[in-house]
Amino acid sequence: MIAALPSQALIGLINGAFYALLSLGMAIIFGMLNVINFAQGAFYMIGAFLAWMLLHYFGVSYWTALLAAPLAVAALGIFVERLLLSRVYRLDHIYGWLVTYGLALMAESVFRFFYGVSGKPYSPPADLRGGIDLGLMFLPTYRGWVVLVSAVLCLAVWLAIERSRLGAHLRAAVENPVLVQAFGINVPRLLTLTYALGVGLAAFAGVLAAPIYQVTPLMGSQIIVVVFAVVVIGGLGSILGTVVTGFSLGLIQGVTKAFYPQAADLVIFVVMAAVLLALPAGLFGRR
Amino acid sequence: MTRIGTPFAIVAAISAAIAAPYLIYPEFLMQALCFALFASAFNLLFGYAGLLSFGHAAFFGAGAYTAAYLMTAVSESPLMALGAGMMTAGLLGAVIGGLAVRRSGVYLAMITLSLAEIVYFVALHASFTGGEDGLQGVPRGRLLGIVDLDDARAMYFFTLAVYAAGTATLYRIVHSPYGAILGAIKANEQRALSLGYHVSRYKMLAFILSAVLSGLAGALKALSLHFASLGDVYWHTSGDVILMTLLGGVGTLAGPSVGAFIVVALSDVLAQFGEWVNFILGGVFVLCVLLFRRGIVGEILARLPAAAAPAAKWRRWQSVEARER
Repeated sequence: MIAALPSQALIGLINGAFYALLSLGMAIIFGMLNVINFAQGAFYMIGAFLAWMLLHYFGVSYWTALLAAPLAVAALGIFVERLLLSRVYRLDHIYGWLVTYGLALMAESVFRFFYGVSGKPYSPPADLRGGIDLGLMFLPTYRGWVVLVSAVLCLAVWLAIERSRLGAHLRAAVENPVLVQAFGINVPRLLTLTYALGVGLAAFAGVLAAPIYQVTPLMGSQIIVVVFAVVVIGGLGSILGTVVTGFSLGLIQGVTKAFYPQAADLVIFVVMAAVLLALPAGLFGRR
Repeated sequence: MTRIGTPFAIVAAISAAIAAPYLIYPEFLMQALCFALFASAFNLLFGYAGLLSFGHAAFFGAGAYTAAYLMTAVSESPLMALGAGMMTAGLLGAVIGGLAVRRSGVYLAMITLSLAEIVYFVALHASFTGGEDGLQGVPRGRLLGIVDLDDARAMYFFTLAVYAAGTATLYRIVHSPYGAILGAIKANEQRALSLGYHVSRYKMLAFILSAVLSGLAGALKALSLHFASLGDVYWHTSGDVILMTLLGGVGTLAGPSVGAFIVVALSDVLAQFGEWVNFILGGVFVLCVLLFRRGIVGEILARLPAAAAPAAKWRRWQSVEARER
């Protein structure tokens, strides 16, 4: 049990990395567009499938896919935002949720039709095979890479929003879109870019996940419910808060798995209920 | 509708309901009626209280599993099974509702979805739920020990009676002073609060009432279709019930039932296309939200000249909603 702890904690941290990337995307999309993007899980699944398809049909390597799949999904996101989401901004938030829920159903069903529900294997790139013996545990290189690159990416997105000029425009547009538009900044284009960035992050997580889990059409609906719980626990108020919540909940889930495997699926939801009782706005939420 | 129109519509609906099992496959009708009751119960929360729960499958499934378990393991009394299903769902509604009403809007939807996921995992892992298989071969029993419900038409009329009782209850709730307060909370929560209404208690009661009737629908489904399975508690079912309500007409009494019949029929007809069912349902979802938010019944009510009063009410409600944003 104790022997399994470090490796379960690592697996938890990897899951946490995916939760963090997905909920980070969800947080910036919600901040700008006022839309809870239910399709975040579907875009994660599409990212993983694009990586698999690129390798399987065209022999394109993991490294290219890591760049190409998020870009392709971001382009798809631009299309979705312009065509559909831009029509629901003025309505109640729940309509954005419902539109993206419909989209998620459609995406999952397309991939289920062509690829069935069985998993497609995707082996990690040659440079990242093998592992390092840390003494306490054996660290497969690929898993270390996932945690590292996700943490760096989350930090980079946070810095870009907090420190860059474009990020300043974004934050200003969240506070007062009308005024920002009056200053000559193209707010609708900012909204589109934000959505593209948010779903691109999900696709990036999908490509990262492809060598760890089997690629299946169901992977999106499996992760999205947990991501929602993470978002409720963190509260959507702070970007860094969302990232920290994602990683820590993954870790909590991993540690639970080492001690009491049956509860691992449940622990995040129980934490959510407890947080709601104590802090209804979430850990980092602004109410 | 006009004063003469309403009784006429009711008489037509009743005659159609009586003739239906002789014309259409009764199993299909029973399934549609169960989902019609489920969607109507969901509509109490979404349409009249303005709370979007994305976890209603938990209540439906709790009702279904409770009834199925009692019928197979304890005693073959259908009324007791329905009652127990309602009670389980009501208790669950109190717990989930109590937590969920601490937030509102999309957060409430996320919270209900996550809490319903706990119920799903219980159904998956607990010993009395049959795991992946669910509970199959549930007997229908004899109503009050007299009427044998294994007869498809007897079961159909029993289902119809329960559905009618359920929707009549909902009608009473919506048209009671309590229903009016719910409407006030939906239109302007701050103002309802400042008038001295304990808003979260009203919301929680709406949650419990909606859960009890969803549990009734689930229990009825377990009896009429002979099974309770993981599909009943899975969040896709929560999504389906939203689609039914949206398609038929949010906040109208008949809408959810109309939507349920269409979605159940659509799933039936499209079943031959396998995976494309969800694609089409998802597409209907997107179209409904973008172009058709009043739903079928809402659209009809808005266009009927005789229905000027409800239409005006709808417009007033919309303008209130527009101001809120």
